[in-house]
Amino acid sequence: MTTTPSPSDRPVGVDLQESEQNRAVIEAIEADNANATVRHMPGMVRVQAPGRLVINRESVEARLGREWETHEFQLAIISYFGHIKDWDDDQILIAWDR
Amino acid sequence: MTIAPKAPRKLSMKDRYSALTRDLAWDPSYVTNEEMFPFTNFEGITIHDWSKWEDPFRLTVDAYTKYQAEKDKRLYAVLDGFAQSQGHLGLTDASYLNAMKLFIQGVSPLEYQAHRNFAYLARHLNGPGPRFAALCQSLDEIRHIQTEVHTLSNYNKLYTGFHSYVWQHDRVWYLSVPKSFFDDAVSAGPFEFLIAIGFSFEYLLTNLLFVPFMSGASFNGDLPTMTFGFSAQSDESRHMTLGLEAIKFLLEQDEKNVPLVQHWIDKWFWRGYRLLALVAQMLDYMLPRKVMSWKEAFDLYFEQQMLGGLFVDLAYYGITPPKFVEQAKEEKEYLSHQVYWTLYQFSHAASFTTSIPTDEHMEWLSANYPKFDELYKPLWEKEKRNVAAGGRHFDRGLPELCSVCQIPMLFTEPGDPTTICQRHSDFEGERFNFCSDGCKNIFDHEPEKYVQAWLPVHQIFQGNCGGASIPDVLAWYRMNPEDGGEYLGSTDHQNWLAWHDMAEKTGGN
Ligand SMILES: [Fe+2]
Ligand SMILES: [Fe+2]
Ligand SMILES: [Zn+2]
Repeated sequence: MTTTPSPSDRPVGVDLQESEQNRAVIEAIEADNANATVRHMPGMVRVQAPGRLVINRESVEARLGREWETHEFQLAIISYFGHIKDWDDDQILIAWDR
Repeated sequence: MTIAPKAPRKLSMKDRYSALTRDLAWDPSYVTNEEMFPFTNFEGITIHDWSKWEDPFRLTVDAYTKYQAEKDKRLYAVLDGFAQSQGHLGLTDASYLNAMKLFIQGVSPLEYQAHRNFAYLARHLNGPGPRFAALCQSLDEIRHIQTEVHTLSNYNKLYTGFHSYVWQHDRVWYLSVPKSFFDDAVSAGPFEFLIAIGFSFEYLLTNLLFVPFMSGASFNGDLPTMTFGFSAQSDESRHMTLGLEAIKFLLEQDEKNVPLVQHWIDKWFWRGYRLLALVAQMLDYMLPRKVMSWKEAFDLYFEQQMLGGLFVDLAYYGITPPKFVEQAKEEKEYLSHQVYWTLYQFSHAASFTTSIPTDEHMEWLSANYPKFDELYKPLWEKEKRNVAAGGRHFDRGLPELCSVCQIPMLFTEPGDPTTICQRHSDFEGERFNFCSDGCKNIFDHEPEKYVQAWLPVHQIFQGNCGGASIPDVLAWYRMNPEDGGEYLGSTDHQNWLAWHDMAEKTGGN
């Protein structure tokens, strides 16, 4: 029998520039991360969630109404906390290791 | 009937990354590996397999240039709009720009230093993954200083204090704090530099430096600075990742690396934290409209995210939170007040101005800092009476500097915010003074390095800074009389009032 370690629920998060272009990204993150909380600060938005945070290409594209590559996330992000566990064509995942 | 062949599929990000980054590397055959990479052995770090270095961004040169060009395009559009619409008149107050004077004098030259040293890493690290990440960061950092200079040059046309930041960075007493910090890092080996700048500065502390400056800019009507700041910060997430991958890589490669890395974390946390004392006072005193207090920023960005988040992961490798972190936590109640009180008294020798906090500002300080009314408000009330009597206080002496962080000895004893902390060590028959146990600890570990420090006050006394009087030294600093001193009645203040008066009369803005 194997025991799966319960994933940590220490918060991870991203700080994004508050701009028209990034609104779809922020909405997609909120929709795809059930426990995400959003905090507005001057010029920026912080989205955080317990344990893990995903950004899905398809969710962003659905809101943006155009193609969006995950590389484009670099135009939105100001800072983050957690580790970038994966960044591929479809998804960006931020989580702690332990 | 034939079925049309499908369009060739694009390579996935993973495949592109390995094709364009890792696959372009080769093993040397005419020289040995040691000859090709001579600088990665002397620090005592053991690396068994450079291919284990991860780059989660999977950045390739084509994607890099495409998105960086887009970032610049967005920034320069904002700069043009701001200049054409006289946007500077929409700032909260001309005194806001003191924060930006400190930024261009103290921080922008560090971007250039970072550019140079990451270029060195891009050549001298053994693995192609970290070399490419370092190359991107080197290019980012030169972009940062260029965009900062372009942005702030608009203010230089109209305001004092911006004009000689390069010259001043290398000479002025309060700028030796950031300069010596980075000199310390670039004169270390490549691995220590990665922990110093890549990890401690870019990951642990970057939020405390940039987010307050940039949110502060946004809140005080400085759209160009906010835009360059966030544009630079969007590179910062890559820099944070480089630092984080660096530390995990070193810790995973060999257990023997752990104590070395721990020492560097201890040292560079404290070095960086002391440097941020300048940011603490900027947040609490220089911004006319406050974003968050230093105390809140430290709590959020450092205690919650780093101590509560990251260090739990690092404990797995046997890494503990930085030494003296408890003192930093305790100091968050006092730090900004102690630093600004000192800058207030020495701003006649600075390229920014200071002033007594307004009544409204003091209320904010009282509300955010429970000790303010007891410890600091009486000082300002007394100074108000001095000013009313025509005696605005400037300290005509020269402060004693800490031999490590180079900040005047203004910090207090742990547990006693009313007694100045003084530590010292003797080395080769000479006495060296420090502001804190943290700085003394750093010195004692490498005294041979810190005895070489160029301490501005010592240099003045040795006659190396233009002469013995304050006007002589200020002339050598290339400071004009209108650059420093008291804000109220200063050139910037008078211009500000006149421009706004004019704007009202002509109905413009
Ligand atoms: Fe930078
Ligand atoms: Fe950076
Ligand atoms: Zn010190």
